[in-house]
Amino acid sequence: MPVFHMDNRLWGSMDITQSFFETPAPARYKGILSWLITTDHKRISLMYLFSILFWFFLAILLGGLIRLELMFPGQTFVSAQVYNSLFTLHGVIMIFLFIIPALPAIFGNFFLPIQIGTDDVFFPKLNLLSWYLYMAGGIIAILSLFSDGFPDTGWTFYVPFSISTHTNVSTAVFAAFVLGLSSMLTGLNFITTIHRMRHSLMGWMQIPLFTWSLYATAWVQLLATPVVSITLLLVMVERYVGVGLFDPAKGGDPILYQHLFWMYSHPAVYIMILPGMGVISEIIPVFARKSIFGYKAIVASSMAIAVAGSLVWAHHMYASGMSDTAVFVFSLLTFVVAIPSAIKVFSWVSTLYKGAIQMAPPLFLSLCFIYLFSVGGLTGLVLGAAGTNIHVHDTHFVVAHFHFTMFGGTGFAFFAALHYWWPKMFGRMYNFKRAYIGAALLTGGFMFHYVPMFILGLQGMPRRYFDYLPRYETGNFLAGFGAAFMIIGMFLMIMNLLFTLRKPRNASSDPWGGTTLEWQTPSPPPLHNFISEPEILKYPYDFTGVVERYSKETKE
Amino acid sequence: MNTIINPVTLVDQSFYFIIGFSFIFLFAMTLVMIWFVVRYRRSRHPVPADIRGNLLLETVWIIVPAFIAIAMFISGWQSYTGLRNVPQGALEIEVIGQSFSWLFYYPNDKETENEIVVPVGTPVKLNITSTDAIHSMYIPAFRIKVDAVKGIYTYAWFLPEKEGEFFFQCTEFCGTGHADMTGVVKVVSKEKYEAWVAQEDEW
Repeated sequence: MPVFHMDNRLWGSMDITQSFFETPAPARYKGILSWLITTDHKRISLMYLFSILFWFFLAILLGGLIRLELMFPGQTFVSAQVYNSLFTLHGVIMIFLFIIPALPAIFGNFFLPIQIGTDDVFFPKLNLLSWYLYMAGGIIAILSLFSDGFPDTGWTFYVPFSISTHTNVSTAVFAAFVLGLSSMLTGLNFITTIHRMRHSLMGWMQIPLFTWSLYATAWVQLLATPVVSITLLLVMVERYVGVGLFDPAKGGDPILYQHLFWMYSHPAVYIMILPGMGVISEIIPVFARKSIFGYKAIVASSMAIAVAGSLVWAHHMYASGMSDTAVFVFSLLTFVVAIPSAIKVFSWVSTLYKGAIQMAPPLFLSLCFIYLFSVGGLTGLVLGAAGTNIHVHDTHFVVAHFHFTMFGGTGFAFFAALHYWWPKMFGRMYNFKRAYIGAALLTGGFMFHYVPMFILGLQGMPRRYFDYLPRYETGNFLAGFGAAFMIIGMFLMIMNLLFTLRKPRNASSDPWGGTTLEWQTPSPPPLHNFISEPEILKYPYDFTGVVERYSKETKE
Repeated sequence: MNTIINPVTLVDQSFYFIIGFSFIFLFAMTLVMIWFVVRYRRSRHPVPADIRGNLLLETVWIIVPAFIAIAMFISGWQSYTGLRNVPQGALEIEVIGQSFSWLFYYPNDKETENEIVVPVGTPVKLNITSTDAIHSMYIPAFRIKVDAVKGIYTYAWFLPEKEGEFFFQCTEFCGTGHADMTGVVKVVSKEKYEAWVAQEDEW
């Protein structure tokens, strides 16, 4: 059916009654229940979207408070104890409730089945259970606030401090345990869906790159998460029973905890970044109207990152007292992971070469992603090298580095994905001008916020410091300003998107000219995703059809 | 004693090498990216080429970065070995981290808190442990950092080449007093040091 590009003239009134918003699944429930008991992957995706946005903005607020406290030396408005809980809460929410689930649970849930031409995930009920586990984890984390005070350990829960502190570490690590279960089940669901439910005409080398990145991610979610789950339970066992696994006085080893923790938590950063890379690999070709450069290399590098990224955890531990041999091995392996990431950056930039590039908010955010993520990756080389790592380990340099990769990377990919797929998910196009202003404020504020932290780190300012030496005043003051611009920019972008919900649906089925299957169905899609059998391209990024179609339209 | 290479020089060379390369790479890549976006904008270049890859180019950009990565690894590892190989004849000081201060014990059992006095030109080895949570001894001026862990001894060494005062900080989060665990390394002349270390403790 070649009608999909004739946009709203044809779909206009027809699809309003047909989209998944109007057809609950299972059909017997109406109103709020049609959401809470739904097994439709698109509805579950939207429930994730709004719950994740809630946590995201809460954690942004906490991050803003941290920077406000640090803008001036000495105590500004919170005590050291509250400050320690603030950065712990900021970290725990951002890691476990925002950045790990954000791209897979929202956009993966919505677009993975559509991109492979099917009607749902393999286990729809398990998918709903994952959302409930996610919510349960969030609520348990909040409960710990009202008991003995939120943990003051940092999101890493390092022993023996996490075992001896009087704050409510047990509840918080249990929350992380429940969230880990949710993440594992999502991973399991995605792997099964990709293997079992792909369109019969779609081979492995015809899968869109976003889905490929989710596939690589899902394996890490499934295999690495159990390690941290067990480790967090061990912390609880230690707190209640005191077996002494991590206590040298009883023959235990505190560094063992760090190994177990990072064995998950380093691969977890690839859980966070891989889907973001997948999003960028979708957006760049669409707006350049040109095939992605090196499809197979990008697929291979996703899998290589998933495998090699699981073998570098102890590069967080060069200063921990582990053996020099371990430092040698983990430093070398860390440099190995740098190569597949570099391949992706080269491929994205080469895709732009001789394209027909149309600037739009998703592309603007993607270009910012490439720049910011490259800074994050390159400063990662400083941290991967053993000698230089020692100086900047546990300083603000590390804080800036991982915010460049996780926020400048995954965070920007999240915003890019929102702007790219928003018309598809809600059937409404947003205001470009406000989106550009928001994105520019965010990027400018971002640089102002995190670049001073690199310098502070090189000058030796440790992280997690409530107070600091006078020499670090200027940098902290500037960073506070940057934070304000960032928060305004993000707020503007999200409000701009939410405002469209009050307007009637106006987005065509294919507003950008994409080649993947989600653009062959109305916006928003119907309950079973497709009205007619989707056309599977031999090569998923073959834009010759799109180019032809648009050249015809301009002639008309 | 023959000349000792100060690891600070090695570490700084490694910093310059990695950061310098990164700047060049980032600058070039960003420039190319912006140039492509401007040069091939749709209003000026409406018909895109259909290029799906280039085996030679892709091989080159795997092999070249691989060599650069190895070079960076080697530079980092060499400076790290500089930090780990303690020269002979070092002054050994025992360091105990506790919540929230640092204790130092000299070979003659002289004890100080949050302050070390060392003679200029003599390598100093710190043998570090903790009595409770994990702490970390960080002296930015000497590029050294190592965790203080209960039950094991870790070490770090430095070569004070100039007289002066250099601060140290705790860099492993250990609780409310974490940011207060700072102190100072006083590098003094050998004569002053001898006089100071021979003094009886005041307490």
